[in-house]
Amino acid sequence: MNYPVSPPPASNFASEVDLVFYGLVILTVVFTALVGVFVLAFAIRYRQGTKVDRSRPVHEHLPLEITWSVIPLILGLVMFFLGAKAFVHMRRPPANATEIFVIGKQWMWHIEHSNGVRENNMLHVPIGVPVKLTMISQDVLHAMYIPAFRVQYHVVPGRYTMLWFTATKTGEYHMFCNMYCGVQHSEMVGTVVAMEPQDYAAWLANGGNEVKPMTMEQRGAKSFAVRGCANCHTGSDTERAPTLYGISGKTRHMQDGSNVVADESYIRESIVNPYNRLSAGYTQTMPVYANQMSEDEILDLIAYIKGLGGPKPAVAGGPQTGQVAGKMAPPVVNADGAIGARENPPHKSLAVGALNRPNLEGNKE
Amino acid sequence: MASIAHGHGHGHDDMVVHVHHQFENIDQQNESYLVGMWCFLVTEIMFFGALFLMYTIYRMNYQNDFYGAHLELSQTASTPIAGPLVQMTGLKEFPVWGSINTTLLLISSFTMVMAVRAAQLRKKADVMKFLGATNVLAAMFLVIKFSQEWPPKWAHKMVPGANFGPEASHLHGASPRAAEIFYSLYFAMTGLHAIHIIAGIGVITALMVLWRKGAKSVTEDYVPTEMVGLYWHFVDLVWIFLFPLFYLIPG
Amino acid sequence: MSAPAIGAGELLPPQEEKKNYLNVEHTVRSWLLTGDHKRIAILYLFSVSLFFMIGGIFASLIRLELISPSGVLLESETYNKIFSAHGIVMIFLFLVPSIPAVFGNFFLPIMIGARDLAFPRMNLMSWYVYWLGGLLISSGLILGGVDTGWTFYTPYSSLYSNTQVSLVIIGIFFAGFSSIMTGLNFIVTIHKMRAPGMTWFRLPLFVWSMYATSVVMLLGTPVIAITLLLVFAERTLHLGVFSPELGGDPVLFQHMFWFYSHPAVYIMILPSFGVISELMANFCRKRVFGYHFVAFSSLAIAGLGFLVWGHHMFVSSQSMYQGVVFSLVSFLVAVPSAVKVFNWTATMYKGTIRLQTPMIYALGFIGLFTVGGLTGLFLACLGTDVHLTATYFVVAHFHYVMVGGSMMGFLGALHYWWPKMTGRMFNDTFGKFNAMLVFIGFNLTFFPQFILGFMGMPRRYHYYYIAPEFMPYHIMSSAGASALAVGLIAPAFYLISSLRHGHKAGANPWGAHGLEWETSSPPIPTNFEETPIVTDEVYDFSAMDEYEHRHGSDEMAPAGGHN
Ligand code: HEA
Ligand code: HEA
Ligand code: HEC
Ligand code: CUA
Ligand SMILES: [Cu+2]
Repeated sequence: MNYPVSPPPASNFASEVDLVFYGLVILTVVFTALVGVFVLAFAIRYRQGTKVDRSRPVHEHLPLEITWSVIPLILGLVMFFLGAKAFVHMRRPPANATEIFVIGKQWMWHIEHSNGVRENNMLHVPIGVPVKLTMISQDVLHAMYIPAFRVQYHVVPGRYTMLWFTATKTGEYHMFCNMYCGVQHSEMVGTVVAMEPQDYAAWLANGGNEVKPMTMEQRGAKSFAVRGCANCHTGSDTERAPTLYGISGKTRHMQDGSNVVADESYIRESIVNPYNRLSAGYTQTMPVYANQMSEDEILDLIAYIKGLGGPKPAVAGGPQTGQVAGKMAPPVVNADGAIGARENPPHKSLAVGALNRPNLEGNKE
Repeated sequence: MASIAHGHGHGHDDMVVHVHHQFENIDQQNESYLVGMWCFLVTEIMFFGALFLMYTIYRMNYQNDFYGAHLELSQTASTPIAGPLVQMTGLKEFPVWGSINTTLLLISSFTMVMAVRAAQLRKKADVMKFLGATNVLAAMFLVIKFSQEWPPKWAHKMVPGANFGPEASHLHGASPRAAEIFYSLYFAMTGLHAIHIIAGIGVITALMVLWRKGAKSVTEDYVPTEMVGLYWHFVDLVWIFLFPLFYLIPG
Repeated sequence: MSAPAIGAGELLPPQEEKKNYLNVEHTVRSWLLTGDHKRIAILYLFSVSLFFMIGGIFASLIRLELISPSGVLLESETYNKIFSAHGIVMIFLFLVPSIPAVFGNFFLPIMIGARDLAFPRMNLMSWYVYWLGGLLISSGLILGGVDTGWTFYTPYSSLYSNTQVSLVIIGIFFAGFSSIMTGLNFIVTIHKMRAPGMTWFRLPLFVWSMYATSVVMLLGTPVIAITLLLVFAERTLHLGVFSPELGGDPVLFQHMFWFYSHPAVYIMILPSFGVISELMANFCRKRVFGYHFVAFSSLAIAGLGFLVWGHHMFVSSQSMYQGVVFSLVSFLVAVPSAVKVFNWTATMYKGTIRLQTPMIYALGFIGLFTVGGLTGLFLACLGTDVHLTATYFVVAHFHYVMVGGSMMGFLGALHYWWPKMTGRMFNDTFGKFNAMLVFIGFNLTFFPQFILGFMGMPRRYHYYYIAPEFMPYHIMSSAGASALAVGLIAPAFYLISSLRHGHKAGANPWGAHGLEWETSSPPIPTNFEETPIVTDEVYDFSAMDEYEHRHGSDEMAPAGGHN
């Protein structure tokens, strides 16, 4: 295992911010060392009992006071200036930036691309072109934070906020909600996928699907991950959502006491209009996907859900390269084929994660 | 709290007025009270100041809505009791109760000044008279507020919260959202002010009891009375700001 | 410097034990209804220690939980309640009252030669109001807890959280009043009750720092009081001012909150500055270098501190220009802090330094505060704050200033004034060893968090399974926290045992300068036999030595022995 000490630099701001950061690190080290050395040296030299010259001690010294006020002041102003410059840069998006819309809600990210392609908890962006996120919250405060890009901004209810960046390196990066927003704040996370512009264009044109042809079930698995279904629906019933393993064809109990057999149309309804019939023990937390998915995609999803079969084994086996939707992502095995097919290797730090995940799986419950 | 009140006898036995043990002499004690009172008023200013700041921000955001919402604080010719007074002014609507209350408080400040002066001259009867007058005026202020001003807001569903839902005629063109904020601030600020008035009445009453008993701590020493006066002027002053901000918004 | 510990009483023929503030009366009533600032200080000492322990237990749970990327034993909901409780208890019930209400209360009147604070009854009331707040907060935590973080950001706190926010907010409201009363009392006392000859520039620097603290308490606390009251009203009455659903502005809440809470961080650090000034002077036996600069820098920090609150909101959607101004002022406020650090260091030059327990804490403070303060600059700097805000970098920064700074100051003060407060000397060797343990444990706990923050680990995260690369640093931090916990529990044991087994401390066991060392240990109820008249300058050790040279002294032996 390696011990990274810095986030990957993957946007136009990374070098600018890191420059200021390391400048401040030097400042900190120099001043701490300065103070530390003097304190220790004096503590040793002038400790009680040593025979050193203590005559004519100084108690006030104006020039000295001025010196050590002015030097920090000037250094501080320099750092202020560099920082402010970077900030102004960050707050002024170029006019030609590609606009992507972001909606934050407890506890997921909805993303909408220019041509209407939507995704949840995933953000696909092209590299080399400025991208501007226009963001709003549906409920409480959230914050969009992409460490690898060194950008962050609050997502506020009732007003649009903005952040922009130009990704510079393909790969997958973390995306965090970094403003406390309630119980599952720490699970309001996702992945930014930075792609070559032509891959991004192809991805968009394919309605967000992978470029390679896939079976319906594979496509369903992919969209199950991309749409964020996997965030709630896991290998077993949880407080968040019922598991979908093996539901196909079973009798389901509804909130109102009725029973329904989970056939295709029930599953479809559960996706596009989940509140029509709520499963017993759950509330209206599932997003309504009506008008968000093509019928194609719904069919893919149904195919995938039907293929899930019996309850999922307790531990997901094997390294799950690149799948970062979270530890509760049962379909990753199926999704592998799809995602593994991508040209760019997943980012290093994520590979670490992939290796670790199997051990983490069993921990909770 | 006996252990505090008993002095430890620092050779001030000849003092008429009681000096608490921690003080050297009466001057030090009085000056301490005065500085303490001013510090207290500074915290009060910060307390209300925060609300005034919020008011300013929302007023800037919702200029016209605040104008519309504030009209409901005025009375019209058809308002019971106040109606004839509105007619006398010749205006369409006029904040009758707000103006009367402002006048009451201004007079009460005057009676308070007189009470402090009487205390300095050690005229007990006058002190009682003026403090009493101040209390009566303050009580009238509250009666008007709680009988004429607030109940109609309840009736018209203008109290912010789940039940907020005034009819359009009471909004005078303001958006309900902004009107709700206006009334939130109105109730928060005038409510807080009313609490200060009530506290003031309590303090003045306590002071009157001391005067009545002839307690040396007030009769021989005007500082306590002056201190209460200072508080009262502050409460009055707050109203002098509240009144135009809520009742007299220019269109 | 190996004179054995000799208490005053041991050399002199046994004389009639004088009544001190501890043994004048023994009933519970005499404690609960006391007006004596020294007794109230002791009441406060017990209270804040209790809450520190509670906050510390929460901290331990946080560290335990973060060992693994997907948690160890808690649900997310519980985790969120625990870090909120930790922050709320530590800030409002421990750190804000800690030094002022304990050591300020006890020593401020003595240091200026007064018999008590100006308003003893108000002082006692502040303790009761503190407890009223403490009980409300505790009952809120017991009846279900709060999950908003200590910052109570709206609209989550006002409309979304269905936890005990209302109770806790009212509790904080009362705790705030308690600190207003303390601040008011101090200001009046410093202005009006100084002994004859105690001019402003003869005031010990601790008193100056208490003065600056009190000003901030007086000006800042009402604002948070009213703000939280409005959140309360919004929750209970739907009196909408902060929630967009009700037409309000959530960012306005942040402005109001930080208008208090940034100055509040100076309420927490200024008292420690004062303590460190005392310690540096007395353990170097030398007047603090640049006395006037140190004194006025406290006021400058208090003043400028009111103009920087927006640095907590650089990415909150306040305007870019506001951000730039707040950043600039934040860099300015660093200058008076720098002045202090450099002056303390210069004080050591040509001093006669005794490396006893309080001094170890003071030196630790200087190092840790420097790191904490300088990392504050990373956050004050716009470009880097965008990346670092709300990450563990912030968590590390504020623990460096609050634990490494304020807490070290508190411990330094506790050890320094312990013999005066109790009349007993603790074991200095233990003390020194423990101070170093705290220093090392502390760095081990919080230094890795800087790295975590830079890598992008968000704060208030229960799970980080998406990014297991954070795990090694979390483990380091948790390991350090265990060492730190030992270091913070230990004083409770050796200090308390000193009450039985410690040497009797003379009036001036450290050979320190200042009025508090001229009265007996523990002091008599009225502090002094008669009002002292101050004739020598502040920290004038040469005058003191001369006096003792002429009159002889039994007090000069440094207690605790071997160094
Ligand atoms: C005791 C408490 C304390 C103290 C003293 C400070 C001191 C400072 N703090 Fe800190 N701060 C907190 C407690 C404190 N802080 C807390 C609790 C939070 C988080 C709140 C939350 O969100 O929960 C916080 C958060 C915080 C932020 C917001 C971060 C974010 O959320 O994005 C910022 C941003 O500017 C900041 C800046 C500073 C600065 C510039 C100082 C300065 O005063 C520091 C000055 C000191 C020095 C600079 C060191 C000494 C100087 C030298 C050795 C000379 C060299 C100097 C130069 C070259 C200039 N702090
Ligand atoms: C005075 C302030 C103070 C102090 C002293 C501390 C002390 C500590 N803090 Fe805390 N901390 C805050 C103020 C403080 N903190 C604040 C304001 C927050 C932000 C909250 C928020 O986000 O809202 C925070 C958040 C915070 C976090 C981030 C949580 C998150 O964002 O998810 C972490 C994580 O490591 C942490 C750790 C610690 C540790 C290990 C200590 C250690 O120093 C503690 C060590 C002390 C002990 C271990 C106590 C010893 C005593 C006992 C254990 C009792 C034993 C019992 C008996 C003997 C009867 N703190
Ligand atoms: C925010 C959490 C969340 C997300 C995201 C989510 N669901 Fe659900 N889902 C739920 C909950 C809660 C229920 C149970 C209540 C109900 O029936 O609506 C549910 C129920 C269902 C059911 C019915 C299961 C049963 O018990 O009969 C199906 C099928 C389903 N979801 C499919 C999906 C698909 C497909 C997606 C992604 C496109 C998805 N869900 C995304 C929370 C979620
Ligand atoms: Cu959304 Cu935190
Ligand atoms: Cu701050």
